[in-house]
Amino acid sequence: MRILNNVAIFITLAVAYNLINGVCGQLHLGPNAFITLGAYTAALLTMTPAEKTLNFLVTPLYWPLSQAALPFPAALLAGGLVAVAFALLTGFPVFRVRGDYLAIVTLGFGEVVRVLANNLQGVTNGPLGLKGLYPYTNLWWSWGVAVAATAVVAALVNSSYGRALNAIREDETAARASGINTFRHLLGAYLLSAFFFGVGGGLLAHLITTISPSLFTFFLTFNLLIIIVVGGLGSTTGAILAAAGFTLAGEWLRIVEEPAAIFGFTIPGIPGMRMVILSLALLLVIIFCRRGLMGRREFSWAGLGRRLRGGVAGSVPGAGKP
Amino acid sequence: MDLLTFLQQLINGLSLGSIYALIAIGYTLVYGILRLINFAHGDLLMVAAYVAVMGVGLFSWPWPAAFGLAVGLTGLMGVLLERGAYRPLRRAPRISLLISAIAASFLLENLALVIAGGRARPFPVPQMFTGAFVWGGLFVPRLSLLIPLVTGALLVGLFLIIYRTAVGRAMRAIASDLATVSLMGIDVNRIIAFTFLMGSLLAGAGGLLWAMKYPQVNPFMGILPGLKAFIAAVLGGIGNVTGAVLGGLLLGFLEVMIVAFFPAWAGYRDAVAFTLLIVLLLLRPTGLLGEALGEEKL
Repeated sequence: MRILNNVAIFITLAVAYNLINGVCGQLHLGPNAFITLGAYTAALLTMTPAEKTLNFLVTPLYWPLSQAALPFPAALLAGGLVAVAFALLTGFPVFRVRGDYLAIVTLGFGEVVRVLANNLQGVTNGPLGLKGLYPYTNLWWSWGVAVAATAVVAALVNSSYGRALNAIREDETAARASGINTFRHLLGAYLLSAFFFGVGGGLLAHLITTISPSLFTFFLTFNLLIIIVVGGLGSTTGAILAAAGFTLAGEWLRIVEEPAAIFGFTIPGIPGMRMVILSLALLLVIIFCRRGLMGRREFSWAGLGRRLRGGVAGSVPGAGKP
Repeated sequence: MDLLTFLQQLINGLSLGSIYALIAIGYTLVYGILRLINFAHGDLLMVAAYVAVMGVGLFSWPWPAAFGLAVGLTGLMGVLLERGAYRPLRRAPRISLLISAIAASFLLENLALVIAGGRARPFPVPQMFTGAFVWGGLFVPRLSLLIPLVTGALLVGLFLIIYRTAVGRAMRAIASDLATVSLMGIDVNRIIAFTFLMGSLLAGAGGLLWAMKYPQVNPFMGILPGLKAFIAAVLGGIGNVTGAVLGGLLLGFLEVMIVAFFPAWAGYRDAVAFTLLIVLLLLRPTGLLGEALGEEKL
């Protein structure tokens, strides 16, 4: 159950992330900032005033938030909207730059939001985080949002808007020369992805039921990056497959970190080995099969009949075994 | 705020800024040549610190030997990084190169985690660098004198190499036009590897100084100084070595001064650099000493 919920949330996040990184070709490294915002907003809105006074022992919560209590869907929506508002605010400096600068600036957002979450105790309860959220997230909600996100992003990618985004990825100067307002197009994609990051964050918060700033570090972004690269940058289908595969493999790879007995020998668990394997996998995928699992292809029923070849390389190699 | 406190903070800022400058040079050298942010550069600090900890702690070598080995190995690690993670992608789209850099960075961090464990370790600061001078109320740790001196010496060496040797001339040539230089019969790969070696050696030295200033070593210690040094490089105008030094010193002063003058903001210290970066990119994306960046350079 929990794993299936996780899969759905990661699909939502990965599809939204792929819109910016894959379809637009801009390396955005700040999804964790938007996810944090969504998670905190949604969490603060669903908690009852009584729960809030229980949580905020050190510094009391500021007034309007301390009394607010919304139903779950409204809170999720609010989480998404707060993320969009932040995206609107940051979109202007972000899309003045490209490439490496864009990567670092967006990376900075994640860092700044984390620092804020740690220090604005009157809103976020600081490093203590929020505990005891009601686990509203169930399969209906998580998969519903995942399907909605996929549908919206897929529709967008197939529209003229999506083709414009692709044009920007391939050659921004040429796209601009063809009359595409690159700033407005990129900002639109950025806002939409921010919305789904926010909603995904809200879902995540109500799945885990305990959130703190340390949950939303760059590590989260890195996981999403692995997912979309392995899935094939630019392919929504690839993002979905890889998100599901990654979440399941993440569970499976826990074995590596636990003590195991093989042929009577006891191999001690190696903490951190999971991440070594994952980062090595990402490195190998990006060097040796840059197109990932799906390349830029998408799934279609017509294509299914034509495709008999399978077995794409690029899965986790055995190189990292202890 | 009286003059004495101000001088005191000036000294603190100088030593912090010098370390940023050392690391920032590594970023700027590589960026100048490959137009790549070497995300794993910050982790080289961690590599240097760990080698030194192992050398002194595990094998109980004298510290000069361990420190020398640490800097040397870090240099080699940088070259290895270039060979393994960046060279295969020289002709790939930029986004692939960046992702490869991020992956390499995570790989280094987690390898360190596996090999050395997650617990932070104390860094063995040599006896002669501990302690402080007191000059009429002014408290000057020895380290705060040592750090700018070491940085200055390394900088002089670096400038000599860049501006007085054939390799340095080749480096500068590649920075302005890689394709033409390879037509001139210069082994571009060798020069790029040499650039990584220089940058990584400086990062190794910076890592040791950092570890002596904050004597705690953990697998993720390199991330934040790395990012800040990158911002320092952008502040000074990326690709420009003098700019990197200037940016590093400025950032160091700024961070120290903000904490000193507004103690209530101390928790936001780490956000200062990023806020600065955002403002900078809005107002003057080329940095203080940077040339105008054309589309093709971004």
